[in-house]
Amino acid sequence: MTALLALHVVVLLALPTFVVGAINRTKALWSGRRGQPLAQLAFDVVRLLRKRAVYSRGTTPVFRLTPWLGLATALAAGLLVPVLGSTAPISFPFDFVAFAYVWGLGRVALILGALDTGSAFEGMGASREATFAALLEPAFFLVAGAMCLLTNKRSFSAVLELRPTGAIDGAAWVASVVALFIVVQVESARMPVDDPTTHLELTMVHEVMVLDHSGPDLAALQAGAAIKLTVGLSLVAALVNPVVGHATPLATAAVNVMLTLALAIAVGTVESLVARLAMRAVPRYVVAGVVAGGIALLATTFGAGGTG
Amino acid sequence: MSAARLLLVPLDAAPELTVTEWRIALERLLRDDDGRVVTLFGTPNDERITITAVVEQGGSELRALRTVVERDVGYHALTPEFPALHCFERELHEQHGVRIAGHPWLKPVRFEVTGSKGRDAYPFYEIEGKEVHEVAVGPIHAGVIEPGSFRFMCLGERVHHLEIHLGYQHRGVEKLLLARDPRSLAPLVETIAGDTSIAHTWAYAAAIEALAGMAVPHEIDAARGAMLELERIAMHLAGLAGLAADVGFLQGASSYGRLRTTAINTSMRLCGSRFGRGAIRPGGSGTTLGAGPDLAEATNGAFTSTDLLRNLKLLSDDVAIIDDRFSSARTVQHRLRGVGAVPSALAREIGLVGLAARASGVPCDLRTRAGGVYEHHPIEACVEPDGDCWARARIRIAEIRRSLAWLSSVADAHPRWEAARPRIGALAPRQLVVAMTEGWRGEVVHALETDGGGGLARYKVQDPSFRNWLGLALAVRENEISDFPICNKSFDLSYCGSDL
Repeated sequence: MTALLALHVVVLLALPTFVVGAINRTKALWSGRRGQPLAQLAFDVVRLLRKRAVYSRGTTPVFRLTPWLGLATALAAGLLVPVLGSTAPISFPFDFVAFAYVWGLGRVALILGALDTGSAFEGMGASREATFAALLEPAFFLVAGAMCLLTNKRSFSAVLELRPTGAIDGAAWVASVVALFIVVQVESARMPVDDPTTHLELTMVHEVMVLDHSGPDLAALQAGAAIKLTVGLSLVAALVNPVVGHATPLATAAVNVMLTLALAIAVGTVESLVARLAMRAVPRYVVAGVVAGGIALLATTFGAGGTG
Repeated sequence: MSAARLLLVPLDAAPELTVTEWRIALERLLRDDDGRVVTLFGTPNDERITITAVVEQGGSELRALRTVVERDVGYHALTPEFPALHCFERELHEQHGVRIAGHPWLKPVRFEVTGSKGRDAYPFYEIEGKEVHEVAVGPIHAGVIEPGSFRFMCLGERVHHLEIHLGYQHRGVEKLLLARDPRSLAPLVETIAGDTSIAHTWAYAAAIEALAGMAVPHEIDAARGAMLELERIAMHLAGLAGLAADVGFLQGASSYGRLRTTAINTSMRLCGSRFGRGAIRPGGSGTTLGAGPDLAEATNGAFTSTDLLRNLKLLSDDVAIIDDRFSSARTVQHRLRGVGAVPSALAREIGLVGLAARASGVPCDLRTRAGGVYEHHPIEACVEPDGDCWARARIRIAEIRRSLAWLSSVADAHPRWEAARPRIGALAPRQLVVAMTEGWRGEVVHALETDGGGGLARYKVQDPSFRNWLGLALAVRENEISDFPICNKSFDLSYCGSDL
């Protein structure tokens, strides 16, 4: 168990680099380039850690604190999720509520840091982030509720063992996977919701909020974002992992890491083949996640009616 | 007839109208005879300023109307009646201090008189309200692009008004052009707007040739036309790559960008410069096709018309593939359709030119009514009706195809080009010459006046960007502020060409 716990922490710290690397490599291959090294993010973080941060005179200590708060919440949330498929280091009844709001705290930190700069760009980014997040929250809880009802369990690791056995919980399972994938796309600011590679401040959501950060603070933000993305993808992986409950924890872990990387390649492929959504269309896309969550919950209710 | 559009007027024979006659004549031409102003500029003469308006009538005939005003007396603005003249009258006021009564918006064009202090203290438009906020972008931007300041007045995410503030690239081009021998200005003209070198230099060369009474051989005319189309193809590819990148369409961004390299490398093989520098000289040409004497060694063997045709074939094959991907991607259409629309009537009213005008259904393309190489190898204007970002992308796609086909037919008909630098005689004294070419953004206008000794008295340079910036400002109104970058890229206007 201790070994598994240690492995969880190692994966939580090491995997994000390769998830981001896999996405970037996929995009490079789609556009006919060779692409950057798979561990480029780690190189960037090390480079930034060796630099000095620059602070505008207009900022307050909030601006210095928030990147680290963001990193801390990303790591903490990572301990609540069964990144390795079966069990999470910290697990208690309704831990997914804690998970959602630890992520929420990280977002609040980011928004406050952005507003602290007083820049019009960052203010716009913060306003967009807050809007999308508010729309997104129901999606996560609808899915979590549906899974609790279906499995009759209450903790993250347990409800993720939900696997379809019939038509109704099959529908709920598919809808949950879709909803969770959209949640991850929005939460980690990926296409088609946000474009992590754009240089255009006016179109940015997440990227514009980190524009004024530099040095170690920027490293913390980049690492935090990558960890958040990895945790999100591993959550989806755990839900689709076919060997959960049927294999040794180590084998489950190996499959889950592979699935997480496969999802990263899927994210990279989506980003290569579609253009980004117009800002006005993003709320509709987010609401699609909510609808999928709603379908999951509805299916559950019908299922309960049918069997009971 | 030349391949560049030309107007040559002996100044002593040209009637000098009184201000009232000038106004009436101009109003009649613009209102009743379907005319449009090509350029309007002042020539200082102590306290008096000669104003020249060049009008294109019925899409063909060029006419110059001249009057003289006292600087302090000036005249009553024509802008309220003809909004397309707003930029010319603002420039006239700024450059020569001519009083222009009743002009609604005498904002300096490039702050060349008042200097940067006036620029920084300039009172922008303001709107007030609870949900109103202002976003200032620039003058220094992210990435390696030119400086320009954009101030958005927004209601939430929606842009109510955009005020564009330029002049940061002002280098005093028109003054510099008067400082040297008018026959050796080509290197300077090539740098007026670095992405439109060919169009500007061709207009300059045509003007000098007209003043010197020279005619250029067919071969050189064809080579100039070919270089102009190569410039158009390269810049349209760059524009499409930029649009694709700005909407996050990865394949378009990388493929169009890669193909542009083929186009500019072809320019390099023809004239030694990827950006067409040195390709055009007054009376002559710096382009070589076939077994050329000098360039052949410098570039590892001669670049023959077979090579040129092979490059063109390669371009058209690959462009067709990525055009298909770009046009059929629903997400790309979703981002570009209906965004940044300039209706046809508005485009005419504010005097848009070139690509932006054609995307709004205004069929203005100088190549369709010029002589020379265009007489033997006619080219049709591409027009799209909708005036949105999608239309401006579609125009680029269509024009790349048409230019490639046109280039192939010219390369077939003229397989050998030779560089030539003939001596140019003295320029005719007391002349006004206006030369226009259709650059990739639109019409490039150069107007030159010679003095009694055959030297230059005035050199007026006009890049199409000068007229089209207002189009961008109006296009983004009531759009989302996050769509500004794609509107901007779809116009792709020049800062230095406008700032001079």
